[in-house]
Amino acid sequence: MGAPEFLQGNIALAESAIRAGCRFYFGYPITPASEMSEYFAAQMRDRDVTFVQAETEVAAFNMIAGVAAGGQRGMTGTSGPGLSLGAEAMSFMAAAGLPTVVVDVMRPGPGDGEILAAQGDYFQACKGNGHGDYNVLVLAPWSVQEEADLAYEAFDLAEKYLNPVILLTDASLGKMRESCVLPEPKAIPAVTWKGALTGSEDGGKKVITTCGDGADQYEAFNRALQKKFAKIAAAEQRWESTGCQDADIVIVAYGSVARIAMGAMELARSAGMKIGLIRPISLWPFPKKAFEGLDGKQFAVFELSAGQMVEDVMLSVKNKDDVHFYGRMGGNLPTPAELYGELRKIAGGGR
Amino acid sequence: MALVYKRPDALTDMNFKYCGGCGHGLVNKILAEILDERGLAGKTVMVWPIGCSVFADQYFKTDSVCALHGRAPALATGLKRARPDNLVIVYQGDGDMVSEGMSEILHAAIRGEKLSVIFVNNAIYGMTGGQMAPTTLIGQKTTTSPYGRTAAAAGYPVNMAELIANIRGCIYSERVTVNTPARLAAAKKAIAKAIDLQLEGRGLSFVEVLSPCPTGWGVKALDALDFIDSDMLPIYPLGVIKEAADA
Repeated sequence: MGAPEFLQGNIALAESAIRAGCRFYFGYPITPASEMSEYFAAQMRDRDVTFVQAETEVAAFNMIAGVAAGGQRGMTGTSGPGLSLGAEAMSFMAAAGLPTVVVDVMRPGPGDGEILAAQGDYFQACKGNGHGDYNVLVLAPWSVQEEADLAYEAFDLAEKYLNPVILLTDASLGKMRESCVLPEPKAIPAVTWKGALTGSEDGGKKVITTCGDGADQYEAFNRALQKKFAKIAAAEQRWESTGCQDADIVIVAYGSVARIAMGAMELARSAGMKIGLIRPISLWPFPKKAFEGLDGKQFAVFELSAGQMVEDVMLSVKNKDDVHFYGRMGGNLPTPAELYGELRKIAGGGR
Repeated sequence: MALVYKRPDALTDMNFKYCGGCGHGLVNKILAEILDERGLAGKTVMVWPIGCSVFADQYFKTDSVCALHGRAPALATGLKRARPDNLVIVYQGDGDMVSEGMSEILHAAIRGEKLSVIFVNNAIYGMTGGQMAPTTLIGQKTTTSPYGRTAAAAGYPVNMAELIANIRGCIYSERVTVNTPARLAAAKKAIAKAIDLQLEGRGLSFVEVLSPCPTGWGVKALDALDFIDSDMLPIYPLGVIKEAADA
């Protein structure tokens, strides 16, 4: 265990990825994600890592697909507009079973957008932003420490399930500096997964293709994919919760908003309200299990969006009328007092 | 009796699914022969495109990946960087490369990626049913230029081999064709050179192959061979366009 360091979120994430054995980073400059590109570029001189500044996010996403196809660990980082461009490759990598890691440091959209914090990419990260039926694992840290921890683990998860993993952070988390203990460098196999393209003289002929060869073949291909996603959905639901059992109102918030919600919860508890908190860490699969046994409670969903995760909360509770939503957009963050005010409205029967 | 001709060892027993008279089969065959002659099949990774050669992974005994439409050079960039000791060959058609993937191929060349690129130019979208490509000739009829391509509506054909030769990271560019036995032999020599240059690690090497598409062009197979001489060569001249010692 190393000593705590005072690190920026994007940097902690990038360094942790390197320590997890990620030797390749491809990136296109975009605020608020560029520090990861800059960090990898700076590390190239003294360490065995490769950074390529891609001409577009389209190319960057396909480059990490190539690295994974070659049995190495590769990552790209971007923000919402770049994730949109990478959508085609996300579909490809999920279909082809290519284990890659993508970081989306969310900023407000739609369109060109703003460069502050937002959570409006929930749908495109969690609901399959590209074509066809597929899912990718989506993990949402809420601190610099958790950015490092999840980046370290993300490659193992990607290779365990042969599927891309998205680390969904935001401008606030990416730019924030906090105390963080970085993980120890990890030894990984020379070839990260069976089926990687190393040449047929090494392990026989291997093919990576997502091209359908007739309806029956491609339906079977799809069914096999769905089996993989079902396995992930059952095994990888992650969340933290506190005080839910005896709460009247359960806050549901992820990422940076969960931090603000903690403050709102303290204010409300000081005023005698019974408040719990569920913080989803895996956004896909959404942690439905966190809501078991909570029927009849009110749920306050706080997001930096017009209401995206709230739909998954409604699907996870018995009565969707028990679910209330409050969101900010455009890069504005709510204050704890503001969220406390929303809790008071719910307690008073308001909508 | 001495064996004078056989199916290349680098190929599987699968029959090609290309149309009669298509040039892809010839290009696949000479590529397989080169891999045999150099003993390279076992260390080769083919990066196939979307287009008529989409099932070529079934024809070759090599490792293969079928990339997204137009993205083969980007995927190959990651692959070659991850596996510098493998031979990575990019194979693309004209719709895939010159339209959907123009950015990816040009930037792979700009970076001087250590790739051998085989570009099959038949001046049309074959697999999707004969639509106009950026390489379609002026006056050429396709399903999306039913009265013939006009410059006013669709601009002019793209000379990829010359275009990419202007980029420093491209160290070798040659245009060949496969419409006579002698030219097929020259095409084989060019592709072999592009492969040798990758093994020397010097930059991106590029071979454009003018290829007949009788089905897409709506002509008989023999007439398609003549069309290359009469219509394509005046626009797309054969020969070495660039041979640089280094980028």
